[in-house]
Amino acid sequence: MPKRQDIKSVLVIGSGPIVIGQACEFDYSGTQACRVLQEEGIRVILVNSNPATIMTDPDFADATYIEPITPEVIEAIIEKERPDAILPTLGGQTALNAAMALFERGSLDKYGVELIGANVAAIKAGEDRVEFKQVVLNAGADVAISAVAHNMDEVLAIANDIGYPMVVRPSFTMGGLGSGFAYDEKDLIRIASAGLQASPTTEVLIEESITGWKEYELELMRDKNDNSVVVCSIENFDPVGVHTGDSITVAPAMTLTDREYQNLRDIAIRIIRDVGVDTGGCNIQFAVDPKDGRVIVIEMNPRVSRSSALASKATGFPIAKIAAKLAIGYTLDEIPNDITMVTPASFEPSLDYIVVKVPRFAFEKFPAADPTLTTTMKSVGEAMAIGRTFSQALQKALRSLEKRGSSFVFPAIIQDPTDLLVAMTTPTENRIGQVQQALWFGASADEVFEATKIDPWFIDQIVLINETARWFLELEAIDVDSLKKAKQHGFSDLQLAKLRNISEQDLRNLRHSFGLRPVFKTVDTCAGEFPAQTPYHYSSYEQFTEVVPSNKKKVIILGSGPNRIGQGIEFDYSCVHATFALRDIGIETVMINCNPETVSTDYDTADRLYFEPLTLEDVLEVIHAESQTGELLGVMVQLGGQTALSLANGLAAAGIPILGTTPENIDRAEERGQFQSILDAAGLLAPANGMATNLEDATAVVERIGFPVLVRPSFVLGGRGMEIVYDQNSLDGYFDRIAEHALVDTAHPLLVDRFLEDAIEIDVDAIFDGHELFIGGVMEHIEEAGIHSGDSSCTLPPITLSRSQINRVAAATEQIARGLNVIGLLNIQFAMASDVLYVLEANPRASRTVPFVSKALGITLAKAAARVMVGAKISELVVEGGLPSKDGRHLPSGTPISVKEAVLPFKRFATRDGRFVDSLLGPEMRSTGEVMGIDKDFPTAFAKAQAGSGSALPTEGTVFISVADRDKPQSLLPVRRLAQLGFRILATQGTQAMLERHGIKSEAVIKHSQAGEDQESIVDMITAGKVDVVVNTPSGADARIDGYEIRAATTAADKPIFTTVAQLSAAIGSFEVVREGRFSVKPLQEYALERIELISE
Amino acid sequence: MHKAHLVLEDGSIFEGERYGVAGVTVGELVFATGMTGYQETLTDPSYAGQIVMQTFPHIGITGTNETDAESSKVWVAGYIVREPSRIASNYRSEKTLDQNLIENNIVGISNVDTRAITLHVRSLGAMRAGIFSADESMSSDEMLALVRAAPEMKGQSLSGQVSTSKSYRIPGENGHVGKVAVLDLGIKKSTLEHLAMRGLEIEVFPADISAAEILATSPDGFFFSNGPGDPEASGNQVSMLRELLATKKPFFGICFGNQLLGRALGFDTYKLKFGHRGINQPVINNETGRVEVTAHNHGFAVKLESDSAESPLGFGQVKVSHRGLNDQVVEGLECVDIPAFSVQYHPEAAAGPHDSHYLFDKFIDAIKESK
Repeated sequence: MPKRQDIKSVLVIGSGPIVIGQACEFDYSGTQACRVLQEEGIRVILVNSNPATIMTDPDFADATYIEPITPEVIEAIIEKERPDAILPTLGGQTALNAAMALFERGSLDKYGVELIGANVAAIKAGEDRVEFKQVVLNAGADVAISAVAHNMDEVLAIANDIGYPMVVRPSFTMGGLGSGFAYDEKDLIRIASAGLQASPTTEVLIEESITGWKEYELELMRDKNDNSVVVCSIENFDPVGVHTGDSITVAPAMTLTDREYQNLRDIAIRIIRDVGVDTGGCNIQFAVDPKDGRVIVIEMNPRVSRSSALASKATGFPIAKIAAKLAIGYTLDEIPNDITMVTPASFEPSLDYIVVKVPRFAFEKFPAADPTLTTTMKSVGEAMAIGRTFSQALQKALRSLEKRGSSFVFPAIIQDPTDLLVAMTTPTENRIGQVQQALWFGASADEVFEATKIDPWFIDQIVLINETARWFLELEAIDVDSLKKAKQHGFSDLQLAKLRNISEQDLRNLRHSFGLRPVFKTVDTCAGEFPAQTPYHYSSYEQFTEVVPSNKKKVIILGSGPNRIGQGIEFDYSCVHATFALRDIGIETVMINCNPETVSTDYDTADRLYFEPLTLEDVLEVIHAESQTGELLGVMVQLGGQTALSLANGLAAAGIPILGTTPENIDRAEERGQFQSILDAAGLLAPANGMATNLEDATAVVERIGFPVLVRPSFVLGGRGMEIVYDQNSLDGYFDRIAEHALVDTAHPLLVDRFLEDAIEIDVDAIFDGHELFIGGVMEHIEEAGIHSGDSSCTLPPITLSRSQINRVAAATEQIARGLNVIGLLNIQFAMASDVLYVLEANPRASRTVPFVSKALGITLAKAAARVMVGAKISELVVEGGLPSKDGRHLPSGTPISVKEAVLPFKRFATRDGRFVDSLLGPEMRSTGEVMGIDKDFPTAFAKAQAGSGSALPTEGTVFISVADRDKPQSLLPVRRLAQLGFRILATQGTQAMLERHGIKSEAVIKHSQAGEDQESIVDMITAGKVDVVVNTPSGADARIDGYEIRAATTAADKPIFTTVAQLSAAIGSFEVVREGRFSVKPLQEYALERIELISE
Repeated sequence: MHKAHLVLEDGSIFEGERYGVAGVTVGELVFATGMTGYQETLTDPSYAGQIVMQTFPHIGITGTNETDAESSKVWVAGYIVREPSRIASNYRSEKTLDQNLIENNIVGISNVDTRAITLHVRSLGAMRAGIFSADESMSSDEMLALVRAAPEMKGQSLSGQVSTSKSYRIPGENGHVGKVAVLDLGIKKSTLEHLAMRGLEIEVFPADISAAEILATSPDGFFFSNGPGDPEASGNQVSMLRELLATKKPFFGICFGNQLLGRALGFDTYKLKFGHRGINQPVINNETGRVEVTAHNHGFAVKLESDSAESPLGFGQVKVSHRGLNDQVVEGLECVDIPAFSVQYHPEAAAGPHDSHYLFDKFIDAIKESK
């Protein structure tokens, strides 16, 4: 049965900004879906507020709406586009929720549009606990037993039925406050009585504990003919209790017999059938009791999920692509397997390798947050590795994390493992390291099992790694066989060199002298049964390699590794664009990356894909393999963020050609003295500054340049360790605060800059070809300098800069580009203070804003940069049409305004006592993603950006104002306007008095710290939902505590918060806009046509 | 650690480590792609005479137990594994795989590049091979000579080696539907369980039984099992099957039984290049248009290009009921004019997915109907 003929146009809903739990895997799946639909001749309409995505490239849809994903906006798009169907299963929970909201408000019926991929009943059956429980029971499985109690008698009666241990969860308390494990009646009475008291409804849920059970996931697909296949099984290394996104996971499931596995498969197929997912994919999570095999179904998602992306990369089975085809009516047997070309998709992939995924966390960004891993996901990214054995895949995955201490270490001095055995009972990101260390220090596998409940087989594999390390350490001499054996267990050259007390280079030389190099195997979906047509490779130390020769010229592009705060999808965007641009001119592209969430690791993106860690060793080996099979032009390091850039020197030292700006020049941009001389030569100013490696030096610098200062370690991304220091006291503590992260040493000194107060920060993205400069965009930050550019919202084109100021920025950019001999991309941050232009920093690489510039202005900077790096001139690219004839410095009047807004993850992070961490912005980046709002004027674009970021501005209600003294004068105007718009104004006493003096009516509220027992403080009011908008700018240390309470409560209550007056002022016009009614919508393709008209005018 | 060598008939030699007992073994080298179910594979009599290589690298993690064994012994001629498990981790495990292999006297080899060998077999076809793990001094010429002296799978009859020596009876469960005569050509425990649990009383016969002896027990239907060897070399069973089919009582065959039905109806069988051995194989049911994910273990197949043909031996019209979607191989036969059907794959699926259990129900229905 071929595809449905009644579907001519489909609206695809994207997943919006990158947040924890919903990252770029949905760009990968959405991009695949859009491609499939377009290939099928269907008109694709896309809505996604996230400009950093590949899917929002105008090429991937016929109408691309970068608009907030809200039911109102989507309805406006439906009204305009009249699609036949909506595909909501590829944009994560965001898209599914949006689809349900559209259904509930009647939009689907009103416009006669059908949901495809999953229907309303299936979505409900998957989410409604009661309905789903029945589905599970019908399928012959179980759910965790639970019941609600309102008093101690009920508690004890329920406990009698369930048996210990059990979980007690008080209802309606914030952040899981008061919940706990009861191992016996004494525990139960203690926890439940406190829980009943803490619960506003005097209610606790008592649930059977399945903590410590083995956890599995199955990824399934089902078509309209009721054909179901299990694409992949995944086993969690961490037992139940840790969110699967925070677990180390392994594919395929390792510790199940066929009988147990087929039982899960049978249950899964019955569930997908019962729930009614009839054209698409779903993911089902299971818990299995290791004692007796009892199976509990934890949950199911009737859509493509994070695990589907992982499963796709792990197996080579493109779930999202197939899901899109099923949604438009194909059946599995009608769809070819892309990898073999000759067999159909109606099969179950067989692996002949092991895949390990490890999460990457960012707790260092949220020092107050509780690092315990729970059922709430906290990781910000992940790395995946493929190996022929588990030990190899695990060690490759750990080093792919690129995090200090992520690889196993084998200390010479043996310690008592007791403390580690205690520590590992609480799951944290360090647990795997604690397990390995404890075993290394002599703890038994049984002791580790008792402490963690990690399956004994996994523990034994770590024992095996330790034994191999011990054996290698004690070898009399290394020969080729012993080295090969160690490499087969995934040890890096660096780890082995440390064991032998030699340098990494010496070990590598020795290995190469043996002729010992990895071979590259292929991910082929079928364990070798059929030839693979796609070169998707991973390394292993075995006999035969599968890399086939090619006679094309090729370029290797280094990806950006696991997502982290400061380095995410934006860099993948540039890498992907480079592959597109090079492929267009007949150059073969080779991608190296280890992030399973990305488009760059889709086997369709580059001509050849190597799923490998981005370490010097692993990258050099890929380069060697590729050099054996064709002409290598060079390696691109400026697209993959700091990950790729940090390999530049090592690659150059190994004689590998680096395309674009040379490693020496990259260093000159970072090295303070050299960069200063470039600025001096150009007559440009930087804020007064100095360098320090310790407190004494830093104090000396400050004596010279004066407080406040901005301190930042060099060679870090995302403002790691960056702070504004206002006084000696804070400076004294600075080195202690960053000590454990070892960010500063003589090779990487601390940069100390005079901090410019009340300056406007400006970001520029440009390309330089050695002769000519092309400015992509000049972006003006809405927050003043001092807020990390990644957390700051910005506007393009700038709204307050004059033409002559922009000219000065452009001229300075050109001088710096020349001074640094840039070939390719350049990002510069400037500050304009009292009409004086300061250069803050220059980075000769792709920046986070490259995709934003592309979407806002239609200038595809990364593609052009890739061309420039392989020798094209900007003038040629302009003639070809790859770049517009006029660059982004002067945009014609009438150019729409685009606003980028950051999305912050504070809500994910609770402190140990269950409150949220401070949501204050600062010079260290903490946002996970971004949204864009585009419209004819700034207030509308800003309002759209706010709505897209999830904190839509209210049209009426109550605003609470509490601003620092220095902010009071600037806040008058915006607050007055809010009052005029009819908002009720609340303020703290000081602010209230000031407002009173200026004739603005407001009511004083009681600070949290001053509230008496029976008084309602502002924090209580926010918590109770009585406040709709909060304006709170931080002041001195005394008020900080109150400020924290206010901000934490606002975060918890999900209300918009402004922590700078600049933000508030920017938003005032937007408050007016949202009162006028709903947003109008316009696709990028229409903006592009208007742009051509504007230019020709 | 002891060295071991895997020697292929084309002269390729792979060095690895001794696994199982020290010794020498020769047989046909085949690869199996299932990621679970190694114990079921090892105890499947269809693998008699074959050196089985697991494409999944980690084998033995869940140990072994009595329940999961498909017969009373390990049948493979040799075993090739990339990375044997050091421990067994499963609540049902009774013995480690290592122990089990040693008790069954199996010669194996580990730590070889199994993927490379798989690709080799895929491109050159299934071939004879030997594992040599006893005597490190044996020269490669000596080893190769032994491999080349081994019999080829084509033309071999192995039923006698794997079949029961005398007939036995298994009572039906869950009510009584009828009595079935089962020809043991290498039958698996699960198959018998599936028949018995649906109310069939089973009489299992050895492979060399005559039609008269079977008919003397007056069964309501006949079942031919899976098993090793070349169907072309099983002329006796084929002519016996023709006699049984002539009774017009229901017949169901699995795997080797499917090949014998094909031959009994007058069609040819042929040897596949490297066979199907996995538990992920898509098969289309031509009647329903639905896809079943199925377990396969066959090196031979019935030759039928068109989906419908007339039996040259007068059994009427024959339909190809199932085909493999990977390569269009015949995976099932259904007679239109007599109550006989068979599948090339394994509906009992141990190991493997349970998509095709319905075939046992179909057999039950046929028996009920014929009574």
